[in-house]
Amino acid sequence: MSEATMTADVKTQDGPLEFLVKGDHHPQNGTLLGFWLYLMSDCLIFAALFATYGVLARSYAGGPTGMEVFDLSLVAINTSFLLLSSITYGFAMLQMQANRLKGTLFWLAITGLLGAAFLGLELYEFYHLIHIGATPQTSGFLTAFFALVGTHGLHVLFGIVWLVTLLFQLKKHGLIPANKRRVFCLSMFWHFLDVVWVGVFTFVYLMGVLP
Amino acid sequence: MSEHTHDHDHHEAEGPHVSLKEYVIGFVLAVILTVIPFWLVMGNVFESSTTTALLILSFMVVQIFVHMIYFLHMNFHSEGGWNMLALIFTLVLVFITLAGSLWVMISLNNNMMPGMMG
Repeated sequence: MSEATMTADVKTQDGPLEFLVKGDHHPQNGTLLGFWLYLMSDCLIFAALFATYGVLARSYAGGPTGMEVFDLSLVAINTSFLLLSSITYGFAMLQMQANRLKGTLFWLAITGLLGAAFLGLELYEFYHLIHIGATPQTSGFLTAFFALVGTHGLHVLFGIVWLVTLLFQLKKHGLIPANKRRVFCLSMFWHFLDVVWVGVFTFVYLMGVLP
Repeated sequence: MSEHTHDHDHHEAEGPHVSLKEYVIGFVLAVILTVIPFWLVMGNVFESSTTTALLILSFMVVQIFVHMIYFLHMNFHSEGGWNMLALIFTLVLVFITLAGSLWVMISLNNNMMPGMMG
C-alpha cells in the first residue's frame, strides 16, 4: 500500500528519489488514510445500530409509538444546526488553506458552538422523552432509538472535546503541519457525523412518524 | 507560518485541496435535499406511507453522496484510490448488515405469526 503511494509521489516530483531518501518524518497521507479507515469501521458500528433499529422500529410493546413521541420541528432545528456546522467547518478549512490562524480559530469555534447547540437540543429531547415515561426500558423501539441516536450524540460530544483541544493546540503552536493534519482529520470526523445524521433523521425520525 | 522548508509545503499540498465553491454547492444541495423530505412528511404531501418512505429514502441516498463528494472530498484518486476502495468495501458490508437483518427478521416475523401456526 505504502509502495503504491510512494511511486505516485515520486512521479509528481522532479528529483525522482527525493521522497524516498528522507524518511525522517512520516507522510501525511498515512494518517489521513488511517483515519479514514477508522471512520469506515465506525460506519460499521452505526450499520449494526441502524439494523437493530430497523428490526425493532415497530416493537412498541404497548409503549408510545414514534408518531406520538417525535417532535419533527425540533429535529428540523437540530438538523439545521448540524448542516450549518458542516459549512462553517468548511470555512475553517478555507481559512486554514489560506494560512490565516485567526479565521481558522473563529470558524472552528463557531462550528463547536453549533455542535454544542445540537447536543443541547438532543439532550433536551432525551430528557423530555424520559420525563414522559418513554425510557429506553419501555420497549424495543425505544431501546434501539436511544442506542442509535445516543451513540451519534456521543460521537458529537467527542468531536466537540477534540475541537476544543485543537483550538488550544492551534493557539499554542499555530498552523504547523501537524495541526493542519489534525484539522483535516477532525473535518472528516465532523462531516462523517453529518452523513450519519442524514441517515438518522430520515430512517428514525421521518420514517418513524409515518403512519 | 510557512517559513519552513519546501518539503513541508509540499506535504501540506497533499491534503485535499478545498474551495469555497465546493462547500457552497454542497451546502445548497444538502439544504434542498433536507428540506424536501421534511416537507414531504410534515406536510402530509402523499396519502400513501410507502410512496413517502421510498421518496425520502432516495433523498437520503442522494444527500449522502452529496456530503461524500462536496464535504468529504471523496474521489477515485485521493490516497491512490485506497480511500474509495475502503469506502466501497464498507458500503458492501453496511448493505449486507442492513438488508440481511431486515430480510431475516421480517421473514421470521411473517412465518412465526401465531395466526399461521394452525
